[in-house]
This record gives sequence, structure tokens and C-alpha cells, in this order.
Amino acid sequence: MSARVDVSRSIAPQAAGYDVAAVRAAFPILTRQVHGKPLTYLDSAASAQRPQCVIDAVNDYETRHHANVHRGVHALSQEATDLFEGARDTVRQFLNARSTREIVFVRGTTEAINLVAQSYGRPRLQPGDEILITGLEHHANIVPWQMLREQTGAKLVVAPIDRTGNVSIDAIDARLSDRTRLVAVTHVSNALGTVLPIRDIVRAAHARRVPVLVDGAQAVPHEDVDVQALGCDFYAFSSHKVYGPTGVGVLYGREELLTEMPPWQGGGDMILAVTFDKTTYNSLPYKFEAGTPNISGVVGLAAALRYVEALGRPQIRSHEHQLLDYATQRLLTIPGLTIIGTAPVKAAVISFTIDGIHPHDLGTILDAEGVAIRTGHHCAMPVMDFFELPATARASFGCYSDRSDVDRLLAALAAAQKVFA
Amino acid sequence: MDLSELYREVILDHYKSPRNFGVLTPANAAADGHNPLCGDRLHLTLQLADDRVQDLQFDGKGCAISTASASMMTEAVKGKTRADIATLFNDVHHLLTEREFVPSQDLGKLAALGGVREFPARVKCASLCWHTLNAALAQHDQSSADASAVPSISTE
Repeated sequence: MSARVDVSRSIAPQAAGYDVAAVRAAFPILTRQVHGKPLTYLDSAASAQRPQCVIDAVNDYETRHHANVHRGVHALSQEATDLFEGARDTVRQFLNARSTREIVFVRGTTEAINLVAQSYGRPRLQPGDEILITGLEHHANIVPWQMLREQTGAKLVVAPIDRTGNVSIDAIDARLSDRTRLVAVTHVSNALGTVLPIRDIVRAAHARRVPVLVDGAQAVPHEDVDVQALGCDFYAFSSHKVYGPTGVGVLYGREELLTEMPPWQGGGDMILAVTFDKTTYNSLPYKFEAGTPNISGVVGLAAALRYVEALGRPQIRSHEHQLLDYATQRLLTIPGLTIIGTAPVKAAVISFTIDGIHPHDLGTILDAEGVAIRTGHHCAMPVMDFFELPATARASFGCYSDRSDVDRLLAALAAAQKVFA
Repeated sequence: MDLSELYREVILDHYKSPRNFGVLTPANAAADGHNPLCGDRLHLTLQLADDRVQDLQFDGKGCAISTASASMMTEAVKGKTRADIATLFNDVHHLLTEREFVPSQDLGKLAALGGVREFPARVKCASLCWHTLNAALAQHDQSSADASAVPSISTE
């Protein structure tokens, strides 16, 4: 079977050292201009760009191998199934899960969390039971629990953030109670970049026999995620934050828990046998994958994860941390600039405000300079409320970001200050 | 992309020194406007008499475009009848969205908002205050008996 070989091509970076120029060359979009200026893409936390190998993998799948999975006896269906299931094993290896039965393909982090809320939470929770989250959460890790609260009468308990944008393990430990049924926490804050101590949180929760769901959307591109080492029960992430296509993501769940959980959507592929009297559900992970999945997206995701592995997660992390330090130091030289989120451990995300210039105006002026940043509440309104801000500007970095990006950001911020001088 | 079209002198001036900024007392109409996308919030208070906006003030927090637009709007509608305001609203709406628009009247300072149409992501910043004004006028019609019910509008 040649299919699997076709997509495992990846642009091999230097094993030793980190050649950011070579990394940039692998991302074709970085050569384009925006408003006549070179693109300075500092919005990877919203969505990362794709390397050529991901674009090629999707293109190769669409061009040569597409058919429906798990259905046909013909060659194309077999090739598509091999690619799809091969991708599941790539994800398993990437997360260091024990089994591909623990890897469920979903539309993204949001769907993964909704799946756990509805399939794990809804049958179990009683009025007065508690779900513990933190003040750092993205709306995707707040709203599904509020919906579950409406359905079950459970309570939502929030471990607050401190002035640095951190959530201490003590703040979490103090809110674990006899009624806590699930802890749902972000691994890395999308708004501030704070990295939470997931191992410690899991240890504290498990001491009370409480399972832990981790929203890993912002962590997977930056951190070395090993679900066995973390010890978490569920881990969710999105392909497009880690250089893969949009519309696909992953729910990792411990097999014991997934086995106990009922399906949350019914349809094709998630069944073994259907009569009008009775349906027998398929085994894991197919029980949770009703309907034809996003096959090309999954193929692209696997190519993206192989690309990240080829670059080396420790190498990416070290590169991004050097860049984060450089950007932080440079930004702090700007008069009137305040960095929001100064937790001791951060990923490559910087939220900031500048006196006298609304973030929305900053975003427009920076865009005119070819600099793409995110402005607004970052789908984390409670974080903005905590800092009593309507919005922040956020620069976020990826494996392809370099010092010239930071320098162009600085120049564009100077241009903005000139407009509002 | 010409930023000086968007951030014209008059807009920066109204952003830095907003006119009619504060809360009007007494007031017999009010509304809150909120653009959740950028976090802009504004609170509008009006005194209406004989179908005419006698006085109005706004406060809140917003970007340069939304603050300047609100400030210029308060100047433009003060003393005007509802019918005049409806015509003005219509003209401003077209000004913000249509490249070839010829207004039915001299829009004065408001014409400076025409630069916004080259920046589609910012049109809602400029129009938030006008939608809020409409909500305040509608509230006055419906609930003159209950002026404590402040309507809230949201654009996204």
C-alpha cells in the first residue's frame, strides 16, 4: 500500500539547532504581501498557518485517494481508511496515548468539550454536584458547562486568577469538594499565555477521585503534551492551532471512561447493527464518530503533527521562548505599554494595552503595516472583566515567527503612537 | 490603504476631546450600546420634548471611531426633530457602507466618517451610537411611563 508513504514526506529541518529561515520557507503564505507590506503574522493563537507538507498531504489525498472510510471494499475506500486510521495512530503517538481507541476525531476543541459535557457529564451529574473550572477559561470551556448546569442542576465553581493571570494550585485545591465531579481546565491561556501546572492539578483532583479534562487548544503547538505523564482523563485540541486544517480536532479520553460513556450523536459509522427495535453501538473510538468524518482534515492534521515532531517539540519550545523573552523586553521599552498576563510560566503569547489607543484602533493601524494581531476579548470575556479591560491587543508566535516579526511589530506600534500623538 | 482617510483630524479631535460626554440629568430616554466584538460600550441619555431631542449626552469606553462617531452624533442631532434624525441616520448609514453615496444634505463633520467604508471591520464601530440612539428613541415611545427600563442593543 503506497498511500501512507505519500503523506509521510515532510520537510526535514536541521536536527541540531533551529533554522527558523528554513521553517519560514516551508510556509508559503509567509511570502505574501498585505497592503503592500510583507506579512507579519502574529495571530497564530487564533489560527496557525500551514506548512507546504500539510497542503500537499491534503491535496494528495483529494487528488488520489478520496473515498468514504470504513465502508467500501474497493481500493480507494481502503486507501482512505488506511490514511484515516494511520492518522489516528500518528495522533496517539503524538499524545503518547496507550491506544488508538482513546483517540476520537471531532470538529475541534469546542466539540470535544461539548462531547464530554453531554456524554460524560449529563448522565452522571445530580443537582448540587460541582464542575470546577478556572477564571482563565476560553468561552469553549465555560459555555458547555453552563449548558450542562441548566440540564442537571449542577453548579459551576471557578478558581480565580491572580493579578499576574496565574491560577495557583492552592486556588484549585481549595475549591475541590466532596461534590466536585469534574475539573475542566485550560493547559495554556489563549488570552494571556499562562501555562497551568496540569500535573499538579491532576494530582490534587485524583486525590479526591475527580477526573480532569484539559483544554489543550493553545498548548499542543507549544508544549510537549504527554497524556500519560500529565495523567489527565480527557485532553482536547484543534488541528488548526497546530499547523493543520480547520474543522478537525481530537478528544483523547481514558479508555475506561470512554467505554462507560454513551454515544452523544447517532448515525452511520457509530453502529454495529441497526434494526427498528435496537441498535448495537460500535466499539471505541467509532462509537463517538457518527457520520462521515472530515477525512482530508484528519490527513492534514497527521501531516502537521509529523511536521511538528520533525522540527522537534523541545526545539520549537526553546525557539519560541527566546522569542517571547525578546518580544517582552522590546515591548516594555514602549512608553504607555502594559503587558497583561505576567505569570511565571507562559507560552508564546503576549497580551498588551497601550495608553490612549484602543486595541481595535491598534489592530487597524498594524494591519495597514502588514502586521496581523488579534484584538478584542479573545473569547475570554471573564479574563477581560478581571483586568477591567474592554479588550487587549495580542501578539502570538509560532514555530515560524522570528525576531524580524517582533521588530516589525515594534515599528508598527510606533506608527500607531504617531497617529494618536 | 490610507489610514489618514480613517483617522482624519476631526475624528482624532473628537476621540481625544469628546463633546457632550457624561450623563444627562434629568433625562427622559436612555439606551446602552455594546459591541461585544471589540468591547465597546456606550450609554446614551436624552431629553426629548415635542418630538425634538433637546439635549443628549453619552459616556462609555470605545475605540477612536466609536467615540468620535458618538461625539459627532451628539452635536449633529441636538435640537433636531425625530424626522430630521431619521433622515440623518439614513444618510450616515449609506455613508458608512456605500462608496458612491451622495448624501441628501450637507453632513458637516459627519462626512469625515466616510473613510470608514474602506475598513469593513470598523463600520460597526461607527454605527453603534446611531443604533443606540434609535433604541433610546424607541424606548421613549414605548415606555414613557417606565423610564427605568433602559434598553440595551448589541452589534456584532
